[in-house]
Amino acid sequence: MNASPSLRNRLNQVVRDIPRSGIRDFFDIVTTMKDVISLGIGEPDFDTPWHVRESTVFALERGATHYTSNLGYIELRRALSDYVAKTFGATYRPDDEVLITVGVSEALDLALRALLNPGDDVLYHEPCYVSYRATILFAHGNPIVVETNARNGFRLTRAMLEEKVTPRTKVLMLNFPNNPTGAVMSRADLEDIAAFACERDLIVITDEIYGELTYDTPHTSIVSLPGLRERTIFLHGFSKAWAMTGFRLGYACGPAELIEAMMKIHQYTMLCASSLSQKAAIEALARPASDIKEMVDEYRRRRNYLASAFADMGIECHRPLGAFYAFPSVAKFGMPAKEFALKFLHEEKVAVVPGTAFGACGEGFVRCAYATSMDNIKEAMARLARFVKKL
Amino acid sequence: MDELLSILSTNALEPRENIARMMAIPEAEVNARIAEYERTGVIRGYQAILNEDQLDLDKVTAVIEVKVTPQREGGFDTIAQRISRFPEVRSAYLMSGAYDLLLFVEGRNLREVAGFVTQRLSPLEGVISTSTHFMLKTYKRFGVMMQQEDSDERLTVSP
Repeated sequence: MNASPSLRNRLNQVVRDIPRSGIRDFFDIVTTMKDVISLGIGEPDFDTPWHVRESTVFALERGATHYTSNLGYIELRRALSDYVAKTFGATYRPDDEVLITVGVSEALDLALRALLNPGDDVLYHEPCYVSYRATILFAHGNPIVVETNARNGFRLTRAMLEEKVTPRTKVLMLNFPNNPTGAVMSRADLEDIAAFACERDLIVITDEIYGELTYDTPHTSIVSLPGLRERTIFLHGFSKAWAMTGFRLGYACGPAELIEAMMKIHQYTMLCASSLSQKAAIEALARPASDIKEMVDEYRRRRNYLASAFADMGIECHRPLGAFYAFPSVAKFGMPAKEFALKFLHEEKVAVVPGTAFGACGEGFVRCAYATSMDNIKEAMARLARFVKKL
Repeated sequence: MDELLSILSTNALEPRENIARMMAIPEAEVNARIAEYERTGVIRGYQAILNEDQLDLDKVTAVIEVKVTPQREGGFDTIAQRISRFPEVRSAYLMSGAYDLLLFVEGRNLREVAGFVTQRLSPLEGVISTSTHFMLKTYKRFGVMMQQEDSDERLTVSP
């Protein structure tokens, strides 16, 4: 798949130098195998709620197949304004403070491109979603990684940020509940981070795509803390809480000046998010609570099951409090995470993702997504128990 | 609903040990709570959900709407209990609307069900009228789709 040397030399230098996602490499291996139980899937196993799918078909029949406003349908922005106020505790004007995007991934890209000048530093924490570092680099920013660790449950602390912050730091990126660790931040944790952001005059980009999926304590959003709304771009979407990954629908909320800047890029590159997906989202918001509660209850049972199975096997795993990932340590088996994952895949046909796909400090860990059926989880844990006994 | 009941409602055969893991409580507590639900009659039994259309059964199911006269003592309960005791009646509900009782009645064939309606149900004191509908095909029972669900279309590994 490599381009010929002459073409490769003509590529943009930043793009050329960014490696492919480690998860992609692993995917290529898994797809060559049959009958694999996958704990490697970062999307819900639940179907998109039927009322959402049904109303998408209806919207198609009714002809909602045209461009929408660049910002997105105003009905959707109004519904989102209400939803964000109720769920995350910050109020945004539907007219100019909400932008509908093609997934949170686009929103993140827009936010970084709207903010960064070449060489601006961006603080972000690893292990993290695979795209963060690359997205910062594509926007000509300078990624500064802050490594979280299992000892404190992969939470981010002010001290960690103090150690890494530079005079050129402009942006702080946050993702809690976290992919891949399942970590969440308490209100007290966030208050420290918020104070730090204010003192250093940082713009905060918070990706709260897993905000609805917490199992022991309710989620706190950093935008709900005093003084943060004015310096924060809040990102969220429909992929996780409504199992709508393929709809590719996300949104950004923030102060009008920032949303306007993001909208400029969006209008010239994307024009608008899919009209049908936006219609689906309007329906999803009309009845969020019951759909989400059933999923959360089921995820909690699976989380409990996994945690108990790991404990029985003597595998250390900090308690996953949100999202749908467990991030157990496999360091004691004396091999790199990637080797562990490959060996487990080949010997027991279970796919887990090596922690290194989410940053260098993910070494020694594997990500186990519990967005798969309880039967699969039980079988995968039985196979893991058999596998580790032999190591 | 109690989470334990919702787990059992989804799969009554779920091993108690697994239920304990899922709920993060000791297995002994799961056993004790199930025993209590059985004792108090909240749990009335455990059955398999069959796709009967796949079996070559000598059986028809009728849905019967029944209008009745409530009785001076006991209201609808007396007549409803009396009707429910017939083994042919698999389910019986008191309804709001145009009729009073909704019955699900099984028989070996149409004639047998007709015989039940004309000879046993209709002559009962208090039964005013009946309206019988035969079931043709089952798409969903007890929340379970009867056709095989689509296979998982997700990528096997994703970020």
